[in-house]
Amino acid sequence: MAKVLRWDVMVGVLLVAVFAGGSFTSPGFATIGNLSFALGDLGEIALIALTMTMLVVAAEVDLSVASVLGLSSALVGALWDGGMAIETIIPLVVLVGALCGLVNGLLVTKLGLPSLAVTIGTLALYRGLAYVVLGDKAVAQFPREFTALAVDDVPGTFIPYPVALFVLLAVVVAIVLHATGFGRSLFAIGAQEQAAFFAGIRVKRIKLLLFVLSGTVAAFAGVVFTLRYGSARADNGMGIELAVIAAVLLGGVDFDGGKGTLGGVIAGVLLIGLLRNLLMLNDVSTEIQSIVTGLLLIISVLTPRLITALKPALSRRRTSTDQVGPESALKGSP
Amino acid sequence: MSGPPTLALANVSKSFGAVRALRDVSLELFPGEAHALAGENGAGKSTLVKTLAGVHRPDSGQVLLGGEPVTFAGPADAQQAGVAVIYQEPTLFPDLSVAENIFMGRQPRTSLGRIDRKAMHAQARRLFERLGVTLDPEQPARGLSIADQQLVEIAKAISRDARVLVMDEPTAALSGNEVARLFSVVEALREQGCAILFISHRLDEIFSLCQRVTTLRDGAWIASEPVEGLTHDDLIRRMVGRDLDALYPKQDTTAGEVALQVERLTREGYFTDVSFQVRRGEIVALAGLVGAGRSEVARAVFGIDRWDAGSVTVAGRPLPAGSPTAAMGAGLALVPEDRRQQGLVMELSIERNIGLTGLRSLRRGVTISRAAERDRARDWALRLQLKFGRLSDGVGVLSGGNQQKVVLAKWLATEPSVLIVDEPTRGIDVGTKAEVHRLLSELAGQGIAVLMISSDLPEVLGMADRVLVMHEGRLTAEISRAEATEESVMSAATGRAA
Ligand SMILES: Nc1ncnc2c1ncn2[C@@H]1O[C@H](COP(=O)(O)OP(=O)(O)OP(=O)(O)O)[C@@H](O)[C@H]1O
Ligand SMILES: [Mg+2]
Repeated sequence: MAKVLRWDVMVGVLLVAVFAGGSFTSPGFATIGNLSFALGDLGEIALIALTMTMLVVAAEVDLSVASVLGLSSALVGALWDGGMAIETIIPLVVLVGALCGLVNGLLVTKLGLPSLAVTIGTLALYRGLAYVVLGDKAVAQFPREFTALAVDDVPGTFIPYPVALFVLLAVVVAIVLHATGFGRSLFAIGAQEQAAFFAGIRVKRIKLLLFVLSGTVAAFAGVVFTLRYGSARADNGMGIELAVIAAVLLGGVDFDGGKGTLGGVIAGVLLIGLLRNLLMLNDVSTEIQSIVTGLLLIISVLTPRLITALKPALSRRRTSTDQVGPESALKGSP
Repeated sequence: MSGPPTLALANVSKSFGAVRALRDVSLELFPGEAHALAGENGAGKSTLVKTLAGVHRPDSGQVLLGGEPVTFAGPADAQQAGVAVIYQEPTLFPDLSVAENIFMGRQPRTSLGRIDRKAMHAQARRLFERLGVTLDPEQPARGLSIADQQLVEIAKAISRDARVLVMDEPTAALSGNEVARLFSVVEALREQGCAILFISHRLDEIFSLCQRVTTLRDGAWIASEPVEGLTHDDLIRRMVGRDLDALYPKQDTTAGEVALQVERLTREGYFTDVSFQVRRGEIVALAGLVGAGRSEVARAVFGIDRWDAGSVTVAGRPLPAGSPTAAMGAGLALVPEDRRQQGLVMELSIERNIGLTGLRSLRRGVTISRAAERDRARDWALRLQLKFGRLSDGVGVLSGGNQQKVVLAKWLATEPSVLIVDEPTRGIDVGTKAEVHRLLSELAGQGIAVLMISSDLPEVLGMADRVLVMHEGRLTAEISRAEATEESVMSAATGRAA
C-alpha cells in the first residue's frame, strides 16, 4: 500500500493521465511536432529544476533564478549590440550568473540569512540590473547558426538540442544526488544540518557551491532562452521560478529538505510542461496559466501532508496497527 | 497500599508492525509510591510510558484511572487527568524561552488577560531554585545542553501539580548533585501522595528512590516486587535473564606517547585556560557538574566551536580551530551528547547514518558502494549488539539506547586515534554498558587515546586511568586512578577542594 501512495509514482500516473486526456481532447497535442516543441519550450525550466532540486533537498531555495535568467538575456543583448562576438559573450554571461549565485550563497552561509528572504531580495535586484543593462529595448538579429542550436533537433531525432543537454545533465545530477557522497551529504544537511556538521560534512562550503551552480545554470538557461526566441529582453523568463519550484515540489521533494528523488522531479517537470502546452493549444490566457501553476504549487505541498495524515487512518481500518500515527504527536520537538 | 491504584495498566499489548513492544503487561501505581520500571534497551519501557501518557493506544488491554477504565485520546487527555510525563527525549520548542516552554498553554495571566511575563519568570525561577539549578528562564531553549533541556522538562512536569509523575530516564544526562536535588523534590511530591513511575539504567538510583520495581524483558512482564531485599544482581538477572560479569572491566595499559595535547584553551564565557594531555592507551575522564564546561571543551577540541586562545595538538601536529573535517582528518572522533540533534539524522536509515562519517572511504570510483556501506553498518551493528529490524529502517524507530549504539558505531567505524565520548552510555542498559566499557577498554588497549565525559560517577571511577575535574569553566583537579574516590571527585567538582 505504501508503494501505491508513493508521491513520485502518483505523479507518474498523473502524467500518463494528462497525456491520454490531452490526446483525446486536443487533436494537435499528441503529434511528434507538438511534443518536440513542448519539450523544447520546457528547456529552461527543466535545466533550472535540476539545480533547484539539489538546493531544496539541502533545505535551501533560490527564488532569484528567473531574474538571473533575465539579467543574462539582457547582457547577451547589450554585448551583442556592442559588437562583441557571441563566443565571448556566452562564457562571460555564464560567469556573471555564477557571481550572482555566489552573492546569494555568501549572504546565506556567511551571514546566516534565510535563503528564502535573501533570494526574494536578489530576485528584485537582479531583475532591476537587467533593466539597467538593456532598458526596455529588445535586441534581435542573432546569427542563424546560433539560434539554430537552441531550436533545432539533434540530427536524425526529434529531440531539440537543449533537451538533449538536459537529458545529459539530468543523468549527471541523478548520479550525484543518489549515488555519491556529495548527494548523501545533501540529504543529511536537509534533514538535520547540525548532525551533518558534527559528522564532518562541510555544510557551508557545500551550500555555497549549490548557489553558485544554481546561478550558473540559470544564466546558461538565459542564453538558451534568448537564442530560442531570437530576442534578448530584460523581462525574459519573468516568473518562471514558480514553475520550476512547482515542478520540484510536484516531483515529491520536501520543501523542508531531506527528501526527494530526481526521477520524481523529472516527472514533475514533464507534467508542468504538458499542462502548459495543453493550455496554450486551447488558447487559454496567460492569467489562467498562472492560476494553474499556482494551484499546482499549493496542491503539491498539500497532498503529501494529507497523505501522511490519512495513512494511519487508512491502515488502521485494514490492519488495526498504527506505524506512523500517534508518534507524530511528539514531533515538533527541537 | 489501600484503595485503588491511581493509575494502572491491565494486560496491555502494543505492536509496531512485526515488533511486539509490549505483551500482556500489567502495572499498578499507588498514591505515595515511587515505582521503578527496569529493563534492557528496547524492552518496551518507553512504549509503556507513551501508553500511560495517551500517545499510544493499546492494541489490547486497558488503562485504568482510579480503578476505572479510561481511553486517552491523546497526551492532552492524560495531562487533564493529572498525569505529567517527562519523555526520554526532550520535546522543547527551540524558539520559545525556557519559561514559555515550562508554562506552555497555562501561562499566568494579568487581570487584562495578557500573559504575565514577570510572574511567569518568577515562577520559573522558584522551580529552578527547588531543583537547585541556575538556569535563566528568559533564554531561548535552542542551544541548551541536553542536561539543561532535561532539567527544563523536569521543571515543567513538577510544576503541574500532577497526581502521577512519569519520568523516562530523567537522570541520564545529570550528574550526582542534580540527581540528589531531583530526588529530594520527587520525595516531597511522593509524600504529598503523588504516584511516581521512574525509569533509569543506573541501578543505584532505583534502589535509593523507589519502593517497588517492575521489570520488563522483550516486551513481557517479568516481575513486580518490593525493592527492599533485592540485590543489584537479582535485578540484573530479571532484566537480562542471566548473570552478568564484572561491570567495569578497564584493563591496565601502559600509556604511550601523547596523542592529544590541549594547551591553555580558552573560549570566552565557556571555559578558561584548560590544559591537559591524553596518551595513547589511556582513558581520561572529564568529570564535573552539569554546566561546568566539559562538553564545551570537547566541542572546541573537535572543531565544532572556535576557541579564542590556546592550542590543540594531535600526535604532534597543531589542529586548526573550528573545523570538524580537519579534526576527523587528524584522527579525532567525537560522540556528541545530543543524539537527536547532533549524533543522528533521524530521517535517515541505520546504514546511512553509520555511513555518514565514511563518505570518502565508501567511495568506489565516484559513487558510493552500497555494499560497502551495508557491510560497514552490519559489522558495527553486530559488534555493538544493536537490536534492529533491518539496516534500511529509519533510525528514529529504534529505542533510545539502541540509537545511542548507532552513534557509537558511526564514530568507531572511522577508526579514530583519539576518541572523545560525551556521555557514551547515556540511556544504555547495564548489559550493553558493560559491553561499551569493554569496547572502550579494548580500544585503549589497541593504543587509542580516549577522553570520556561522564556524569556517571561509578563509570568514571571504574574506567578512568586519570580523572580531570572541571568546575565553572576551569580544570580544578587531576586525580590519579589510585586516588580517585567518590569524595575526591565530587569535592573538586563542587569547587570545595583546591
Ligand atoms: N514508533 C515505533 N515504530 C516501530 N517500532 C517501535 C516504535 N517505537 C518503539 N518501537 C520498538 O519497540 C521496542 C521497544 O521500544 P522502547 O522505546 O519502548 O524501548 P525502551 O525499553 O524504552 O528502551 P531504552 O532503554 O533503549 O529507551 C523496540 O524494539 C523499538 O524499536
Ligand atoms: Mg526508552
